[in-house]
Amino acid sequence: MGVAVSIDNLSKRFRLFDQRFNSFKERALHFGKVPSHSFWALKDVNFDIEEGSTTGLLGKNGSGKSTLLKCIAGILTPTEGRVIVRGRLASMLELGAGFHPDLSGRDNVYLNASLLGFSKKDIDKRFDEIVEFSELSEFIDSQVKHYSSGMYTRLGFAVAVNVDPDILLVDEVLAVGDEAFQLKCIDRIRAFQNDGRTIVLVTHSADQVRQICDKAVVLKRGEVISAGSTGDAIRTYRDDLLADSASEEVAIDADIEASSTENESIPIKVVEPKKALVELAPAVFTFGDSEDGRFLIAGGALKISVPYETDLELIEGVVQMSIYDSKENLMFETSTIDLGQGDVHFPPQGSIEIEFDSVPLLDGSYRLGIGVRDKSGHMLGWRDLIDHFEVMNPTKSSGLLKLDPQIIVKNK
Amino acid sequence: MVESTKNISDDVIRDDVAGGSRVKLGDSRYSGVRVVSAKVGFFSRIKEIISRRELLVFMVRKELSVRYRSSVMGLLWSMFNPALMLAVWYFVFQIVLKTTIPYFAIYLMSGLVAWNFFLGSVMTSTTAVVENAAIVKKVAFPREVLALSKVGQSMVFFVFQLGVLLLAMLLAGSLPAFSLLWLLILALIDLVLFTSAISIFVSCLNVFYRDVQHFVEILTFAWFFGAPIVYSFSISLSNSLSKHHLTWLYLSDPMTPIIMTFQRVLYAKVSPHTIHGIVRVLPNYSPVWYLGVLALVFVASLTLFLLSLLLFGRLEANFAEEL
Repeated sequence: MGVAVSIDNLSKRFRLFDQRFNSFKERALHFGKVPSHSFWALKDVNFDIEEGSTTGLLGKNGSGKSTLLKCIAGILTPTEGRVIVRGRLASMLELGAGFHPDLSGRDNVYLNASLLGFSKKDIDKRFDEIVEFSELSEFIDSQVKHYSSGMYTRLGFAVAVNVDPDILLVDEVLAVGDEAFQLKCIDRIRAFQNDGRTIVLVTHSADQVRQICDKAVVLKRGEVISAGSTGDAIRTYRDDLLADSASEEVAIDADIEASSTENESIPIKVVEPKKALVELAPAVFTFGDSEDGRFLIAGGALKISVPYETDLELIEGVVQMSIYDSKENLMFETSTIDLGQGDVHFPPQGSIEIEFDSVPLLDGSYRLGIGVRDKSGHMLGWRDLIDHFEVMNPTKSSGLLKLDPQIIVKNK
Repeated sequence: MVESTKNISDDVIRDDVAGGSRVKLGDSRYSGVRVVSAKVGFFSRIKEIISRRELLVFMVRKELSVRYRSSVMGLLWSMFNPALMLAVWYFVFQIVLKTTIPYFAIYLMSGLVAWNFFLGSVMTSTTAVVENAAIVKKVAFPREVLALSKVGQSMVFFVFQLGVLLLAMLLAGSLPAFSLLWLLILALIDLVLFTSAISIFVSCLNVFYRDVQHFVEILTFAWFFGAPIVYSFSISLSNSLSKHHLTWLYLSDPMTPIIMTFQRVLYAKVSPHTIHGIVRVLPNYSPVWYLGVLALVFVASLTLFLLSLLLFGRLEANFAEEL
């Protein structure tokens, strides 16, 4: 297998201006000292993308993955180093980039494909295919401004994938169109893979990487922190996310302290109500099957323990718990009442222990909500969406739930 | 994977850098290698622009069809416009101001077609890159095409205006100098080259300094009177200029020799007999003089063109960030 894209010591520096100076006057006034600082969006990036592979570029926002993709596409010029691309390349950084609203779909197909670097002859040959793929044959001669946004992106996608590139760059555009069209896009990408073409995909969905890619590169602050198999990369990526959210928490805590000393001079939207009567400590998660204890393996056992302290002579109460996904969708909620356990007795110091034999959730970061209330419904203490745990999915399946189906085809 | 084998030999890479640093994609000859790096070969830029001429045609067509899409008369406007302008100039100069230049409308229009081409190109290219920010940030292609497509668009209008002029010449019975038509072609080459140079220059500069567009407006207004379009060089200027030995300065504006050639060929009346007697409208230079001046303009324009490309190439690296 040859190398389709090789990236040599690639660095890209951006100059950030604290303000924009776009006129002579402004530049003259600040002559020589336009407030700016430079930062390296990419630092000495080195890796090769093999021909026929599908590589995912993973990373948080601002990790440099889109910058890298733009450098490969030739939109940005690197500050140092170079990218060597072998083969025809099409980039889908934005679908329908350069479509003009006043032109017909037909004219736009030609213009767009020509922008992407394809000759009129190429386009003539594929025009029918493009129109068929976009499912817009009735509308192809009407002005694009009358298209819905779905139609617009469909046409853009159709042009990009039908112009027969050897290397396809995709930047988080797979989430467009209705479901049927999305499936078609995924199909198309699979067909691309089967043809032995090279795909580079930028995403921050580990799920998508597992589903589509066979290689993955993880970027962090412009540097490659992992390059190789998707499994390793996803693990590194999750570690990175985890480390980050931990530091965020520290930051929030510091904020709260600062605001309390300054006597509420800064309006901060952190719910810090009356002193809780039951003080809950951070939850401790213990994972059953996990190798290193950092992740819950999908379907594995989970133990949550939440130490608490209270001054109350509380005799009876209710424990309520819930699990949310990272977008704060409720995944599960229950309470000791719902479970039919009756009233729970709380010693002054102790810990709430919750055990699951199996948690059938797939990849993602999940947050815990836990609270203690008295029988009349007054909340006595709570920790809402602060503690979280990560789930790793070792299988190729994707979605929300870990199910274990068996698929067979029967003779009639 | 980080340090996997690199099986591209350096020779191959060097060859390809020479062949084009951002080699086009649609061409099977270049289905080979493309290098993106900070150092962009100069001649490879030109090669690349040439290889993407089809895109240029599409862009020009886009400009034209967008411009006239919702107008009933469409492209006819671009003929009607200069015709109306011609009528106004004629009325003002010939009837109100009673100029001594015979066939004044023809004289004026011969220079004005060239000037309008220049002005239209430069004015529209100033904003060419900025207004196409969306594609500049998302698609890789030689961005010079954006400015050049404005030049192409103006070229179409130029042809229409030339049509109007020829019609007017026919109606007025004013014949061009047929034996000097070859000079017109040379002047046209100079004009396109010079216009392209300035257009590329202002289009990239405007990305970083938005006041370029205001500056260009004022500058071109003054520049218009630097060339002998609404007045005659021979009647109004040549004596006083040669007295101070400044003719060379006047002629060093590349637009001046180009416009003088247009007038020499299209208007063609060097010293016509009129009711005011013999009027020396055009200078009495020989075709060889014109040829020599045009050659100088060509060298100057080519130099400017290459310098503009060089500057554009330098600045282009930061377009996507600056827009």
